[in-house]
This record gives sequence, structure tokens and C-alpha cells, in this order.
Amino acid sequence: MADVNITVDGKKVTAPAGTLLIEACKSVGIEVPSFCYYPGLSLQGACRMCLVKIEKIPKLQTACTTVISEGMTVTTTSDEVRQARKSMVELLLGNHPLDCPVCDAGGECELQDMTFAYGAAESKYMEAKNHKDEQQWSPVVYFDRPRCILCYRCVRVCGEGMDVWALGVQNRGVVSIIAPNKEDHLECEECGMCIDICPVGALTSGAYRYKTRPWEMKHVGTICTHCGDGCKTTLGVRRSDTGMEIVRGDNRDKSGINGDFLCIKGRYAFDFADSAERLNQPLIRKEGRLTPSTWEEAFELVGKHFAEIRDKEGGQAIGVIGSNRTTNEENYLLSKFARVVLKTNNLDHHRTADFPAFVAALTGKLDITASMRDVFNAPAILLIGNNPTDQHPLLGWQIRNNVRLHRARLYVINTLPIKLRRQAANFTQIPAGTEGKVAAFLAGQDSVAEALASESTSRENWIALRDKLRGEQNLIIIFGSEIRGNDIEVLVKFGSAIPGAKFVCLGDYANSRGAADMGLYPDLLPGYHRVADNGKFHREWGGIPTTPGLNLPQMVDAAKAGKLQALYVVGSNPIGRFGIDPFAFSKSFVVVQDMFLTETALMADVVLPAANAYEKSGTFTNTCDDLQLIKKAGEVTDTKTDFEMIVRIADAMGFDVRKLVHFGGGGTRADMGQSRGAQSGEADQHGVWLEAHGLEPKMSPFDPMAILDEIQRLVPGYDVSRMNLLAGNDQHTNLAGSGPSTLHNPELIVPANDGLFSSGTLGRYSRTLNSVIENRHREPAETEVAAD
Amino acid sequence: MTFSDQFESRFAEMLSHYPTKRSVLVPTLLYAQDEVGYLSQEVIAELAQRLDLTELEVRNVISYYSMLTTKPRGKYNLQVCTNISCMLRGAEEIFDWCRQRLDIDHKGTTADGLFSLEEVECIGACSWAPAMQVNYDFHENLTVEKMDTILDEYKNRGMQ
Amino acid sequence: MAELVSHPDEVKIVSKRFGRGATGIDRYLELDGYKAVQKALGMQPDGIINEVKNSGLRGRGGAGFNTGMKWSFVPKQSPKPKYVLCNGDESEPGTCKDRLIFEHDPHAVIEGVVIAGIAVGSHTGYIYIRGEYRYLSNIMQQAIKDAYARGFLGKNIFGSGYDFDVYWHGGAGAYEVGEESALMESLEGKRGIPRIRPPFPAVVGLWGGPTVINNAETLASVPHIILGGAEWYASLGPAKNGGTRLFCLSGHLNRPGVYELPMGYNLKKMIHEVGGGIPDGQNLKAVVPGGSSTPVLSADEIDVAMDFDSMMKAGSMLGSGGVVVLDETTCMVKFALRTIKFYQHESCGWCIPCREGTDWLKKTLTRFHAGGGLKKDIDNMYYLSENMLGRTFCPLGDAAAMPTMAFIKKFRKEFEDHLEGRPCPFEKEGAVEQLPVMA
Ligand SMILES: Cc1cc2nc3c(=O)[nH]c(=O)nc-3n(C[C@H](O)[C@H](O)[C@H](O)COP(=O)(O)O)c2cc1C
Ligand code: SF4
Ligand code: FES
Repeated sequence: MADVNITVDGKKVTAPAGTLLIEACKSVGIEVPSFCYYPGLSLQGACRMCLVKIEKIPKLQTACTTVISEGMTVTTTSDEVRQARKSMVELLLGNHPLDCPVCDAGGECELQDMTFAYGAAESKYMEAKNHKDEQQWSPVVYFDRPRCILCYRCVRVCGEGMDVWALGVQNRGVVSIIAPNKEDHLECEECGMCIDICPVGALTSGAYRYKTRPWEMKHVGTICTHCGDGCKTTLGVRRSDTGMEIVRGDNRDKSGINGDFLCIKGRYAFDFADSAERLNQPLIRKEGRLTPSTWEEAFELVGKHFAEIRDKEGGQAIGVIGSNRTTNEENYLLSKFARVVLKTNNLDHHRTADFPAFVAALTGKLDITASMRDVFNAPAILLIGNNPTDQHPLLGWQIRNNVRLHRARLYVINTLPIKLRRQAANFTQIPAGTEGKVAAFLAGQDSVAEALASESTSRENWIALRDKLRGEQNLIIIFGSEIRGNDIEVLVKFGSAIPGAKFVCLGDYANSRGAADMGLYPDLLPGYHRVADNGKFHREWGGIPTTPGLNLPQMVDAAKAGKLQALYVVGSNPIGRFGIDPFAFSKSFVVVQDMFLTETALMADVVLPAANAYEKSGTFTNTCDDLQLIKKAGEVTDTKTDFEMIVRIADAMGFDVRKLVHFGGGGTRADMGQSRGAQSGEADQHGVWLEAHGLEPKMSPFDPMAILDEIQRLVPGYDVSRMNLLAGNDQHTNLAGSGPSTLHNPELIVPANDGLFSSGTLGRYSRTLNSVIENRHREPAETEVAAD
Repeated sequence: MTFSDQFESRFAEMLSHYPTKRSVLVPTLLYAQDEVGYLSQEVIAELAQRLDLTELEVRNVISYYSMLTTKPRGKYNLQVCTNISCMLRGAEEIFDWCRQRLDIDHKGTTADGLFSLEEVECIGACSWAPAMQVNYDFHENLTVEKMDTILDEYKNRGMQ
Repeated sequence: MAELVSHPDEVKIVSKRFGRGATGIDRYLELDGYKAVQKALGMQPDGIINEVKNSGLRGRGGAGFNTGMKWSFVPKQSPKPKYVLCNGDESEPGTCKDRLIFEHDPHAVIEGVVIAGIAVGSHTGYIYIRGEYRYLSNIMQQAIKDAYARGFLGKNIFGSGYDFDVYWHGGAGAYEVGEESALMESLEGKRGIPRIRPPFPAVVGLWGGPTVINNAETLASVPHIILGGAEWYASLGPAKNGGTRLFCLSGHLNRPGVYELPMGYNLKKMIHEVGGGIPDGQNLKAVVPGGSSTPVLSADEIDVAMDFDSMMKAGSMLGSGGVVVLDETTCMVKFALRTIKFYQHESCGWCIPCREGTDWLKKTLTRFHAGGGLKKDIDNMYYLSENMLGRTFCPLGDAAAMPTMAFIKKFRKEFEDHLEGRPCPFEKEGAVEQLPVMA
């Protein structure tokens, strides 16, 4: 768009035509205060804070609704403007309770800031203030009416941003009030966006309310651990008896792929971390019972058994199950550990998407996966399968708001009338299990058209839809696990004919993508290299078995047959998740690293209490291949990272850990962990210091950065800018050089089927998620009400 | 829920007058209120469903308009204007008189459910002040004496 | 059914059919009804707009914008349908004129709507009538039905090939909905919150289509202009203030009522001669000349011509034609309080200065009138109003601020007489406590 020149306070400003004056001012560092204006939401012009003087217009004008025009001359600093701002604050404070000393927003309140900046120190108001008692609208949302300044941000973010429309405005005039959709309570997606966006303390979070003052928390920017979308979040952490307690999660600086977005899980469900059921002691089965032990005893025992079995029966007698929620570094390390130390390819994880088939289909195609940011900017999106609103809340937000703000065309093909159909230019409902046929049809196989044609969608409709899609450019094709195996190749074939088309293959957990990329497969190494191929990993790692190992169901069979003598489970609960017979592994020596006594841990011989993603550093890859740094928010007493535990087991097996983790750079100095007790301290702080100065310690075999070096060197697509990564920016990985991968066993894919309020094992231990679910059950369903 | 045939035919006709369904909302709410006496949960749910709105949206609208109410009120709603033109000509006296005679306050309803009282803003009877509306009927150039007769009439009518 | 009055100085144009049974379509036709629209059908749209422009007809809703000019802002080509919207929300305290038009001459409004439609190339008109005016809605609905039955509305009106539909619409109690953009919101089935401007309704209005919005009296004047000609109409009033208008005389007068007088008619004469002067031998204290939002004039300021420009010069506004007369027994503090109470009650609450400002003013004035006032309250109230003025989202904030400032400026002494525990000098014993308080 053409540029427009204006003058603000004597400064020349150039901005694209159509820019709002408030944004043009911001672009040159001139702040125009506002309450109701919020980028990306509809304009209100309600708070009148942004009044400025525009030459030739007698009245002050709102900068938030004025579009700049050539030659416009604006003053934001005159006495008149200053007085207008001051009086707005004064008017607001008139009825405001001024309970800042106890208000959650105190210290982070825009009203406080405005009062400070634009002054209304002297109180002219003498009248009785309007009062209303605080209301609880849901387990997580509280509303304190007197603090509300009616900026309508909550109403808009809920409606426009979330497409939930659970908040409204009732009454009028001074008794106007924000109201929830069910009169005295909310029924919504509980995303807490309303709380996040509230400029004052009117909407507060049940999880955080009256717990602390913002300046008394440590704020750590990291990545949410719940779904595969990888939202950035800032954890508010404070000390507690167990080491640390996370009291708040919000994307405070609104940076990263999610801007200000978080869903209920990101915003509140960090509380599994301080669940009372959290394991905080290694357990060893003695006389049939899991008994507390020391770390040393546990490592020694595991090391001894693993080494013995490997040496006696060979690596194929050991199985390893990895995690979708551990870091890339841990996954890589586990993959390497299995092959190099345990000498086994019996390695698997809970597969929620057919990434190997995806990679195979993409071989040689450059720049063909879409990042989470791309999803917000693409001119057109085709979504086949999945229900992002429930399973990929950020992806849903990106799609929805791309349609709203950029008028992207959304095509949805699904077996259910998913909520995103409301944004869709075209929604086509299909019978369950016919996603593959859709792919075939799109790729040009007209013969399936008959099979797809239904009452609502005729053959002609299908052809018209395909023509429309073929006419798009830069289309992003997003598909759920319904599309797998050969169907992926077919779909990619269709998409590749569309100029600029990109793909997203949806996996369910926080690091499902990383688990796949790092080779938690019996037949694939990191970067989807086949174990049989004599490639770089064979050179670098040395001596890895070349025949594909057992996958998870095969391991179960082998265990039942007494052929799997040891099973090492890292951050996974196969027994609970897949309904495996709990006694299947009773003949094996089972070691489980986990936070909780899961169904699998209950059957183990050794249980090692693990730290979770909020308690460690490393990287995650989201389902859109965006690589992001996770940062340790704090430590919980007597837990260890999976990384450390793997290294310690290798050490206990007598393996030279220097060959596993190339720490210590040129081999000058190394911290073997002696200086680092469970409560760490120095080494850690040293690490923090180094990191803060852009340096990387790599002084210890427990330092994942050393493995990240190796990943960046060896895993195709991961050679992104380390500086950007450390700075907290998302880096899109490129799969083009991966592979060649293989066509995989699509039947092994089991979707997590997590909904908005569930998150596998983690969710079960989240008080907040449970309280929200319980609260729902308490309400009679609408149909029941209607019946009586 | 069911409305009268008259309501239904009016509703159907009004729908055809606008490009969007929800446009009929405000007048429809008033007609529904006239039939049911107030905007009950049932009415809200029904209209929300007919107009593809959420109940919240309907409530947002209802609460904005001062004639609409979600609480039952008396059969005869006395709306006494006390705005400037009426005030100058003794509206307060009329209003006070009503309060005393009916023994209810602003927005109150008599125990027999016959009368409600409301102090209202200008009803467009300034040149014939003081004035009030009983439901939709105007009564103008009021005096306390006139009020007695008017109230008696309504009372008789209400008893029948 | 409101009583009609008359006075020899009246020039009956809009009111010429009042009391003559013109609600009936046959009677309306006998009284020159539907001639103007047929004439307009034979004119060029621009011709109609020019005629109205030249007539000097200015909006009777309050702002007094030249009607023809407003129509000329409607784009000729529009991908979306255009609309005509008649504003019959009449709620400004002191105003009760549209009511008479709807009661006695509904077809004139319909005719005005159709002519406006032809002028701007619209095919649909809505007549919005406030919810309290139920009997008028019934009259209007019947009138529309009759016009359809005769082929004056609908497809091919008067056999001209032009289609035009007119629909009635009703409100449900909200002054703010009279504001043009809030009116559109209300008609679309929403809360009456005004819209951001620009874009103005003439460009983006109802359902996004260009929309002409005029007051009922404005539109009812249009057929007379088309028939009588711009020149004749303009000549009735002073320059740029064509025609007559309905003045609603109320308050302390011997003969209150709605009178149609030429624009520019002298206010003093209006009060003392047309309105019959002040009853009970009292003296005049003040006049609110154009509805409650216009700044009050004191007794010595009333020798002024009642047209838009003269009133502006006199420091007030012609407004909606509601002339409220106050005699010397009136307590100006109480009057100010009642005025502000209205705006506090009717503020839509959207923007801070109006929502908070009106509430603050109301609370202070209530305390003040009850004897709890402090000297600094007076300045504080003025300061508050000053800070509302010109800074609100819509003109309702101004409508509350302007009169308050005028009351304080012109009657400061009366405010000072209430100070520090002194009871209101105008109240009978004990009456203060009984002030009705609206929730
Ligand atoms: C708060 C407020 C209330 C208004 N109420 C009315 C009203 O009841 N009737 C009316 O015709 N105009 C009213 N207006 C003026 C309208 O906004 C608009 O200017 C008018 O309908 C235009 O018609 P006109 O040009 O014929 O006057 C009001 C304006 C404001 C700011
Ligand atoms: S000035 Fe503001 S609060 Fe008042 S009516 Fe207008 S928009 Fe609503
Ligand atoms: S930011 Fe412009 S009015 Fe609120």
C-alpha cells in the first residue's frame, strides 16, 4: 500500500495508507495512551484516552479510530490533550475502589500506569462509590465489578478472538456491567483470555488470585508442555517447600508464535507440577513392594541390570520407550543411549501422527512445511480431519484470526461439524474414515468421487471444491492423524501442484514432533535416517545395530514370551495409555522415569522421579516444525531431569559418558556432577549466568546444550540460528534434507484424543482441569432443563 | 413455548421486512412482553433460538431498554413522568401521591398484582404536563384529583 | 390523544392537516395527499435534492443540518442497498411534536420517506417510532397498510416503475437510540450503542448500506416543499432557515401546546403571546429553548429570533423545538439535577466521560440540593462538565455538559444559596427528602 506522510509533534512520520493514527504514533515512539484500543480487535473509541489534536479539526479526535491521511498534522502534547487524558483518568477513578494494595493487578495495572503517567493525584470525588460484590464465574474466572473500567476488551477477545461469545454487556449507563453467558456463571472454553487482556484487576484468575504480588515472582519465559502447538508462556514462579511453585502462566511479553494467546491448559494447568502425588524419591521394588531408596542405589541397580542383560542376552533383550514430553536433547540422547549403550533398536514412543510417512513424501522438497506463524498469514487454508479448537487450540486461534483479520479462505473437511466450520468458506462433512478417499480425489482420482458424493455434497460439489483449491496459491494444507501412511503421499502430491503450498501434519503432544525427529523409532534414527543405512550416525556414534528393532506392540509380545528382559520407560505410560495388560512386563526388569506413579510405574522395578519440562532446559519442536527453547523455571526437590538420569545410568553401566555427551568443549574442564547435589546451586547459577551472557556452559555431561550442538550438526533442518534460539525466538526447522525415512505402520498411530480440558497423564494431576471438569458435570445439561 | 396467533403473524411479517433476522428483536421483545407480562427465561430462550442469537445476546439487548423487564409486574404499570416539563407542573406531587395511595415505591408492585409504579423519563407529553402512561395509555394534564378517578377506573377494570 | 391548540401567528404547514381526519387515506388524499410524491416521481433525483437544499430546510431532530445537503452525500452508485430511516424516537425532554405528526398526519411522513428515497435512489424506508408511542405505531402501521393497498407503496408505485417499500419499526425505551447511529444499531436488533464515525450513515449505514436519516418532522415537511416550491418555503423563515417548525411550549405557561410558527419567530413573543404568558402572576426566570440539552437562557436573554443561527449566536441552540419555560418559583439547582438525572439514566454507558461524568454530576447535585453542598462543588461540577464537553463518543455527553455549564454560569448565586447545610430556599418543608430517586 502507498505510504502516507503525517507530522506528529513536529516529527515526520511515514506509514502505509490505512494505518491508524495511534499505530503511526507508536511506530515513531510517541505513546498515545489507550484502554479500549487493542491491536487485532475491533475498534471501540470508548475510553477516550487517546484523544489528540488534529490541525483543522476543532474537537479532539480519537487516535485509535482515525486513519492517517496525507499531510495530517497532529499534536499529542498540548495542554488541551494533557488535560483531556488527565480528566479521563479522574473520571475513571471516581467510581474505582482504589483497592490497589490487595488487587492482583497491582503493579501490572494499566490504570495505575495511566494515573502515574497522566496524573490525577488530587481526588475531587466525594460521593459514595458504586459497589458490587465480587463474583465467581467459573473455577478459574472471578469478576470484581467495581474495578472494571468497561474497555470491552474481554468481550471482544472472547467473541472475536476465541469465537466463544460468552461475555456481554448488560444494562446501560453507569450501571453497565460485563456479564457472563449463563447469568451468574460462565460456560465457555475457560481460556482465560479475558483475564489476560483485562487492563485492570476486574477479571482475575482462580489459580493466581491473592497469592502473591507480581514483583515477588520470578518470571521465566518458556514453552507450554501440554499440546503440540508450543505456545510461549511466562511462568510466574515463587519459592515453596518443595523448591518452587508456579503460580501463574501467561505470555506476558506477548512475543512468539502465540502473541497473547494461551488456552486453559497453558494458562492454568501447570499445577500438575506441584501435585501432592508427585514422586520425590527413587523407588526400588523390594520384596514385591516399591520402597524408597537413594539415587545412588537406584542408578547402581539399573546400571548393573542393564549391563548384565545386554552383555548376556544382547541388546535385543532390552526395550526402550521414549516420551512425547521430553526435550529434543533428551530424546536424541535416549535414541543414542539405546543404540550405543544398550545396543538395541527396540525403541518406540506413543505415535500420534505419521511423521515418517510425511517426511518420506516431502523428500527433496524445499520449504514445504508451514510454521505456526504461516498459519496466521496464509491466504488460504485447507484443513482435513482433526478438531483444532479442542486439540490444537493455538492452531485454531491462528486459523480463526487469520480468517477474521486477513480474510483468509478456510476449507474444512471433517467427519464432524467442528467449530472451525464457522470460519470456513467451505465446510464439507464426510463419513468417518473417508479422509484417505478425499486425498485421493483431490489428487485427481475421479473414480472415488462417487464414493464421496453424499446428499449434502454432490459429485459436482466435490469437483467444484477441488477446482477452487487448485486455483489457490500459497495454500496451507493441514491434516490430522486421520491422514496417514500412503494417503499422506497422495495428499502431498495434490498439494505440490499448487504454487507455494505448504503442509502441516498434526501430532498431539508438546514434543511429539521432536520425538519423531530425534528417532524414537525402532527403524529410524534422528532425522529419519534408516538404521540399516550406513550413514553419518553410524560413523559418529559408532557401532549401532543395523536391523530394525521391535515396535511397541512387538515389545509387549516379546515381553510376554519372556524375550524382553528389560524395559526402560522414559516419561511415558504405555500401560495406562494403550490398555496393555499390566502383567505383560512382569517377567522383565522395568525401569520407569516419571513424575507420577502411573499405571506403568506401578508395575516397575525401579521408579525414578523425573523433572518436567518446566524444570529443565532444552528445546521442543512443535507440530509445525518450530523449534523453541524451553527454560527452567525452578527445581523441585529430589527430582532429576531425564537427561541427567540417562547419563547417570550410562555411567553406572560403565560407559564413557564423554562419548555420549560431548561436554567440556576441548575437554579442558568438566563438572561430573560432583558439585551438583539434588539442590544444585552453584553449577546451575553458573549456567544461568553463562546463558544470560550468551555463552553456553557445556561444562557438564548433564548440559543439554552439548547435545544440542550435536543435533544441530547431525539432524537435518535443525541447523537454525543458535543466537535466535537462545533469545527465545522460534526457528522453523526444515525437513527437506531428512530421510529417506520409510513408509510406516500407520496402524500404530493412536491419537491422544485430548480435549480442551484434558491432557493425558499431566491433565489428570492438574487441580484446575479437574475442577473445571467437575464444575461442568455439576450443571445439568441443557436438554435436561428443557425436558422438565 | 407458544404465543398468540396475532403475535405469530406479526412476527412472521416482520421477519420479511429486514435483511437480517435479529433486526426484529427489539419490537418483538416488546410484543412478547405485552403477551407474557415480562420477558421470562422461556421467552428469552425461544426468541434466541428463533433469531439465531445466544440467550446472552438477547439479555444484553433486553437490559439496555428501559421498557423491557425480566421481572413480572402489575397488570397496570403506572409510568409517571417526572422530567422537566412535568416536574415544573407538579409531577413529583403526582408521583408521591401514587406512592402513598398504592403503598409502593419506584418499580414496586402492589400485593394484589394490580398496579406497578415507575418514575419514568420524558414520554413526549411535555405540552400536556404532568402526564403518565398506564401501560400504553396516556393520561395528561394530571391533577391529584384526576388521579383518584383514573386509579379507581383501573381498579374496577382490573377486578372484573 | 394530545389536545390541539392554535394561535393566529401560526403558519400551518406541517400541522395543516392536524385534527382533520387525515389518518384516513381518503381524507389525506382530499387534503392534497400523495401529490408531492407523484410530482417527485417525475423529477430528476438531483432536482429533488436541489429543491430541498434550496428550501433551507434544516433538520428538525436537533442538529439543524441542511437536509438537501445531507441527501447529497449519499453516493449515487452503491453495491449495497440504500435506505431511508425516519427518526421518530422523539425522547428529548420538552419535545412532543413528532407525536402529533404521527397521530394526525402519518401519511405525510410516509410521503416524505418515499420522496427522500427517490432523491437518493433508495427503495426501502423504515419509520422508527419510540416504544412508548404504541398507539402511534398502530396508526402508522394502518397507514402503511392503506398505502400498500392503493399501490402507493410496494412494486411500481403509482405506476411509475419505481419500487418502494416502507416498514414500521419500534423502540423499547431509550433516549440514546434517537442518536442516528445508535438508532441504526437498535433497528438492527442490538443495544443502542452509537457507531464510530466516519464512516457517516450517508455512506455506511443500515446493514452497511448508505442511509439517509431524518427526523419525522423534517420528512413531513418535504412533501410541502415539493408541492410549494423551495422559494416559497425558504421565504417563510430567515436566510438559511427555511420554513416553519413545531414549537412545543411547556412548563410555566398559561397556554402550553404545540404551535407551528415560522422560523425566526421571536422567543419573547412566543412565551408571552403564543403561550399566553406566565400563570399566577409570576415572573419569568429562565427558558430552555430547544429541549433539555440546550443551554438555558435567563429572562433577560429571550428577545431572540428562534432560528438555528440566531440561537447559536445567543449562546444556546434551537435544538428539537422544545421550549420549556421556568417561572421565578423554580429552583435552578433542582432543575439542573432533574436534567442531569435524565442524562445519567439515558447515557448508554459506552464512553468514560459521559458514563462517569453524568453519574458524578448527578450524585453531586443530589447532595448539593439536599443541603450537603460545599463551595468547591460548584467549580468541580463546572470542571467536570467542561471535561466532558467535546470529548464523548456521541453528542449525548455534550447534551449533559452544556446545560449544566449554563445553569452554573447563569445561576451561580442560586447554587451558592444552597451551600453548607442551608435547605433549598424554594422547597416547602421536608420536600427535599422526598425527591424521587430513580434506580
Ligand atoms: C442523544 C441524542 C438523541 C437524539 N434523539 C433524537 C430524537 O429522538 N429524534 C430525532 O429526530 N433526532 C434525535 N437526535 C438527532 C439525530 O441524531 C439525528 O441528527 C437526526 O435524526 C437527524 O435528522 P434531521 O437532520 O432531520 O434532524 C438525537 C441526537 C442525539 C445525540
Ligand atoms: S456520550 Fe458516550 S456514554 Fe454517552 S451516550 Fe454517547 S456514547 Fe454513550
Ligand atoms: S483507545 Fe481510543 S478511545 Fe479508547
